[in-house]
Amino acid sequence: MEVQLLQLFNGISVSSILLLIALGLAITFGLMNVINMAHGEFIMIGAYSTYVTQLFFTSNIPADYFGYYFVLAILVSFAVAFIFGFVLEISLIRFLYGRPLDSLLATWGVGLVLQQLARSIFGAPNVAVQAPAWLNGGLEVMDGIILPYKRLFIIALVAVVLLAMYLFIYRSNAGRRMRAVMQNREMAACLGISTRRVDSMTFAIGSGIAGIAGCAITLLGSIGPSLGTYYIVDAFMVVVLGGVGKLIGSVFGALGIGVTGTFFEYWTNASIGKVLVFIVIIAFLQWKPKGLVTMRTRSLD
Amino acid sequence: MELTAKASLQKKILLTSVYSIVVLFLLLAPTFLSDFRLSLLAKFLAFAIVAIGLDLIWGYSGILSLGHGVFFGLGAYCMGMFLKLEATGGKLPDFMSWSGLSEIPWFWKPFAHAWFALPAGILIPAALAFILGFFTFRNRIRGVYFTILTQALVIIVTTLFIGQQQYTGGTNGITGYQTIFGFSLSNQSTKTVLYLVTVVLLVAVFILCQRLVRSRSGRVLRAVRDAENRARFIGYNPSSYQLFVFCVSAGIAGLAGMLFVLHVGIISPTTMGIVPSIEIVLWVALGGRGTLIGAVIGAVLVNAAKSGLSETYPDSWLFFLGALFVIVVVFMPRGLVGLFNDIVGKLKPRMQTIMQAKGSKMKKAGSNG
Amino acid sequence: MKKNVWSSVVMVVLVFSLILAGCGGNSANNGNTGNTTPTPDATNEGTGAEGSTDDGDTIKVGILHSLSGTMAISEVSVKDAELMAINEINAAGGVLGKQIEVVIEDGASDWPTFAEKARKLLQQDQVATVFGGWTSASRKAMLPVFEELNGLLWYPVQYEGLESSPNIFYTGATTNQQIVPAVEWLLENRGKKFFLLGSDYVFPRTANKIIKAQLEASGGETVAEEYTPLGHTDYSTVISKIKEAKPDVVFNTLNGDSNVAFFKQLKDAGISADDLTTLSVSVAEEEIRGIGTDVLEGHLAAWNYYQTTDTPENEKFVAAYKAAYGEDRVTADPIEAGYIAVYLWAAAVEKAGTTDVDKVREAADGIEFNAPEGKVTIDGETQHIYKKVLIGEVQADGMFKTLHSTEEPVKPDPYLKGYEWASGLAEQ
Repeated sequence: MEVQLLQLFNGISVSSILLLIALGLAITFGLMNVINMAHGEFIMIGAYSTYVTQLFFTSNIPADYFGYYFVLAILVSFAVAFIFGFVLEISLIRFLYGRPLDSLLATWGVGLVLQQLARSIFGAPNVAVQAPAWLNGGLEVMDGIILPYKRLFIIALVAVVLLAMYLFIYRSNAGRRMRAVMQNREMAACLGISTRRVDSMTFAIGSGIAGIAGCAITLLGSIGPSLGTYYIVDAFMVVVLGGVGKLIGSVFGALGIGVTGTFFEYWTNASIGKVLVFIVIIAFLQWKPKGLVTMRTRSLD
Repeated sequence: MELTAKASLQKKILLTSVYSIVVLFLLLAPTFLSDFRLSLLAKFLAFAIVAIGLDLIWGYSGILSLGHGVFFGLGAYCMGMFLKLEATGGKLPDFMSWSGLSEIPWFWKPFAHAWFALPAGILIPAALAFILGFFTFRNRIRGVYFTILTQALVIIVTTLFIGQQQYTGGTNGITGYQTIFGFSLSNQSTKTVLYLVTVVLLVAVFILCQRLVRSRSGRVLRAVRDAENRARFIGYNPSSYQLFVFCVSAGIAGLAGMLFVLHVGIISPTTMGIVPSIEIVLWVALGGRGTLIGAVIGAVLVNAAKSGLSETYPDSWLFFLGALFVIVVVFMPRGLVGLFNDIVGKLKPRMQTIMQAKGSKMKKAGSNG
Repeated sequence: MKKNVWSSVVMVVLVFSLILAGCGGNSANNGNTGNTTPTPDATNEGTGAEGSTDDGDTIKVGILHSLSGTMAISEVSVKDAELMAINEINAAGGVLGKQIEVVIEDGASDWPTFAEKARKLLQQDQVATVFGGWTSASRKAMLPVFEELNGLLWYPVQYEGLESSPNIFYTGATTNQQIVPAVEWLLENRGKKFFLLGSDYVFPRTANKIIKAQLEASGGETVAEEYTPLGHTDYSTVISKIKEAKPDVVFNTLNGDSNVAFFKQLKDAGISADDLTTLSVSVAEEEIRGIGTDVLEGHLAAWNYYQTTDTPENEKFVAAYKAAYGEDRVTADPIEAGYIAVYLWAAAVEKAGTTDVDKVREAADGIEFNAPEGKVTIDGETQHIYKKVLIGEVQADGMFKTLHSTEEPVKPDPYLKGYEWASGLAEQ
């Protein structure tokens, strides 16, 4: 019983990580219909930004303040990935709107270049990020069940990011403009919205969130040039399973994949568990091709 | 009217002669290429076959499959199992005994026979494509969704092949072949023969696909690609056409995989993973999707560039490869063949005026004489 | 339209020049441009002639590791160590009075690419020998090529044994020089209940098969066996299973990045090295740097060499490595094995008086070398080398403290012929 509970927590924790890596994609892919295969590399950029922030703290800031570096790292990761995303959009992605499959190929190329770039700058071996002391240890809820602070922190972080995105997209003027452009570009342009600017901002925000995901992942996994490749397919699965175009869909998608995956893994083993999850996804999409949460539309395609 | 007919005849003759020269060149390649370069070229031609297969489904039907690595790999594994059993003489392959099997599993046994293994290399991928395609096309999953589903397929198959080490050789894959039909694979003359077989099969696949795309079904396919709903309303059932071409495409990929194993001597799950599957798409994109010859050119050129670059710049060749992706997609969306056609289309009017001027001069000269 | 066509023309010219640059490199490689070593001596000497490598003033050797892709994490450092050894030998006058010239190729973490590049090195560059490979899969892919063309490969990584090709020299440990003694030591010192955790590929599966047989024969118990896919990032479920199984020892054969995720998450789950013994066979100094010493402190590993190994040769080696590649770099077992592979080959060539593969192989038997890890000897029969076995514990500075060391270098026994319980494992 205890183990079942622990597994439930693990499942939710895995879901939160999946959601965090998929949220950026839910924007760039879900809203903008750009298949950004370099999304994994934006996660990597976020992770390396955290590493650099840590280096900066250890060499320049008194050791007493080291514990705070991680909070700053989240912001730095967001900012760096945001800038990379912005540059990518104005230099490449804007030529590819309406050609989703082409965007897949071009961004795959960008991903290769970014990986090799990281390898040239930071070297091929992994680098280590030391978690701040306040994230070590865990909350013991009952005998034998310890909930690690890091996993709780990531769950909280996802909640915050999700809330911020909700407020931004549905409650702010900029978000309103963004939705207008994504839903009907010509109409929005006629009403005086600068669609070019909205496009760049939207893509950059999606990339920035990938950066935050990268920062969070340093707590649990490795930091190396090919880090993004471990997460990219999972992220796409979350968005597709959840349904394109609605944020809440990705939440359900992540929960579905995370929790079932964890239990499959517990009952069988990691390899078979992974295979089962993907089979379930394929079967599910046969039943509901548009995913869990669909946008209502009258258009035929 | 007569003029255009003449022009198209001229074009046809020109194309046929260019193709013949290329084929002749390929057939004569063993006489002037070094052994190593010949084995590379053989591998590239095997890749060209899978590129034709992908072009059939992507270029002509608009369905992007990122799962062709799997079909390629399944074909390759069929050939690998056949060669491995021939190498062990029907005894237990080495990796099975390490992994704790004491007997050849039942599904390996038929692969000892060429009459089973060779057709299986084409039919098994086609069957898998049928199973996936049957449901997927019928449920009208298309575009990006289909692409991502094929990626899920890749994950499933590679994870299974890695995990079932006792049956598949795990990450090491299957290697250590000795002979094919009793001829030593390390013998240069066997290699030359296998190379020639590859050239012949490439030409055969090319002609077959050309017939297919020029046939009625080929035209329906393009209609479906350009306006699926219109085609449906006219009374065609798009999903059966798509399913058919998806299976053919997978079968061709399987054939290419079988040839790949013969030239490279190893098949492992990395060859059927996500990265190789995407690379196949790049070849077609560079050469020019929607033109079969583009797929061939793309496959050969990209792979030549890749081996060349990685030999010269082992530390930084990925920069070039990545840049190639971006440049091709952004600046040459129709690939090299599209670019070539653009240039020809631009030059043609000029050529024609020159020709006309010449023609009138000649006429004058003739009347004078 | 016009503008479009012209920009396309420019692009196609660019693309072709890229391709040509690549192809041009092919022919250039026959000479000595492009990717030869940074050694000034080697590059200034004349061209390495096609045909026999004994002609001319240089001897060509190949280095074939993954410089890109997932395995680059580990293999780049081995390449660096091999280059350093070659530079040292060149500085000391070379081999047979000739300078060594290096051709570097990228295996790109892709096994068929390893086979292709091995063929290229042997057939086109006509190298005298190749140093390379890391994963078993890459070695298995290269093996048929080396046997077909009678080349010589020096493979520097510990591996699962059950192999001895006449065309490969293995300078890393085989199972009886790492895994088997480690299990023996654990049974004596840490407990009987083993949890076997590995990445899902050939080395862990084969290693665990051996361990299970050994445990059965010596009164231990395998409580569970778990494999995770390569690149697996979440170990919470595996850790739950470990908690349930309550083993004395986790024998860890995870590969590369997975170690980072496993150890970080193990610590978060409240399990430290005091609560549970883990022994890893793929975690060396280099990996520790990427995982973080705070996470790994107190955990065990089994190798044949540590940066802290106390020999005069090692002091020199570590200093030279750091001087060449940076103070922050560390040495580790595979790095050292790559380094000594070059010296062993050079010694065999000197003894044979030629780079001819058959003669070098013959001459290699019994060659001794004072390596950083101590004295090593080539065993001609198996083409492995005698090595000491060390069990080490990770310290706060990321280095190992040796807890246990064999008195003498252990004779390599890739097929475990000397162990009765292993008789069922290796029948061929």
